[in-house]
Amino acid sequence: MKTINACLSFLNTTKLHLALAIAATFISPAQAQESPYIVTYDHYLEEPGSLEVEYFSTFGTQRAGNDFHSFWSEFEYGATAWWTTELYFDGQTTFNDSTIFTGFRWENRFRLLQREHFINPVLYIEYEQTSGADKILKEVEGHDVESDYAIPNAIARKEHDHELESKLLLSRTFKGWNVAENTIATKNLTGGNPWEFGYAIGASRPLALKASAKRCSFCRENVIAGIEMYGGLGDRYSFGLHDTSHYLAGVAAWNLPSDWTLRLSPGFGLNDDSHRFLLRWGVSREFSGFGDMIARLIGGRKP
Amino acid sequence: MTKATGHIPITSAAFALVFVLAVPLVSAQKQNSAPSKKDNSVYAELAKAPRKAVARRNPLETDPEAVAAGANLFDQHCAECHGEMAEGGRKAPSLLADPVQQATPGTLFWILTNGVVRRGMPVWSKLPEPQRWQLVSYLKSLNPAPKPAQ
Repeated sequence: MKTINACLSFLNTTKLHLALAIAATFISPAQAQESPYIVTYDHYLEEPGSLEVEYFSTFGTQRAGNDFHSFWSEFEYGATAWWTTELYFDGQTTFNDSTIFTGFRWENRFRLLQREHFINPVLYIEYEQTSGADKILKEVEGHDVESDYAIPNAIARKEHDHELESKLLLSRTFKGWNVAENTIATKNLTGGNPWEFGYAIGASRPLALKASAKRCSFCRENVIAGIEMYGGLGDRYSFGLHDTSHYLAGVAAWNLPSDWTLRLSPGFGLNDDSHRFLLRWGVSREFSGFGDMIARLIGGRKP
Repeated sequence: MTKATGHIPITSAAFALVFVLAVPLVSAQKQNSAPSKKDNSVYAELAKAPRKAVARRNPLETDPEAVAAGANLFDQHCAECHGEMAEGGRKAPSLLADPVQQATPGTLFWILTNGVVRRGMPVWSKLPEPQRWQLVSYLKSLNPAPKPAQ
């Protein structure tokens, strides 16, 4: 019965993805200048009315267990110039085990200041409903350690998190360099679990600052490269670095004139509680005019 | 990672998706009300540029490729809202209008950098400075059609 339910939920998710993908083919694409970070957020939000459809994968090594391939889809929409809302669907394959859907997340980011300042703060609020088998490692917090991920899927999926996650995103761009710092505080809403903390920092820069006079795929300005570091900081009762995992990763994004963005990020665990190696990659496409299209379809507004 | 036992209701995911799809409807309808007033209030933002910003000169003023590169950038990032010929659209005002064409390069650069967030224009500081100046070069190269004599 559980298998049937899992299959149905997977099929439902697939149908939703398909419906959104079909809708997306009817609206115009727009070339984005996407950040290369996988974990860290800078202060830039989605352009109003644009939908960005993204797919990401993470391959992770696992000591005392099976390696895994986790994956997630993101649907990121610019509701206004100061508010971006985003829906995630997560899943994972653990080698020699199984492939399962592991939950969803609903994320919102709010720009706190109207103009650019020396440092630009953005408030991040996310609600997530994921199973204990979730392995996307989109953020690392509390006492998350590698051994948490060695539990077989059949057991891990019985546990569920209903979490409220907040982040303060601070970011600045100067002379082409973006530097971003995220402070994470997460509360599991079920049970009396304490607040957990984490961090992510990143720096990146396009390979060239001036744009070329002609459109090109292989121009240096289309490639943004950088580095990011992230990890846990314990919880309310045991704040600090003990029993926490930390990662250092190179990041690169290639913004193609054909409206696609490709990302690659090899990451390395920095202590014995971290996965030794995480290889992440992703592909995304931005569609402008999505809001107008929905308004026309549902609201009956003329183009 | 702290855990708690329970079940994920799949219907919650569907509700979340419906909500996310409803957001564009509300926000898109909001953005399209009273365009003329909106245009004026966006143009009024030009006057808010600090003196120091207004006085900045375009370092790529003499760059022969700046206008062509700026045109590409405009096509990629701006045309969706401002129109392919910068004539304006439902979401954003014309950039051929006098307030924009008479603004100094420094003022346009300041607006690009800071956006007009409350009026729907995002900040464009994610484009490196030289690219923003290339956009300014392009905008200043546009020649609006002369107005018919009264």
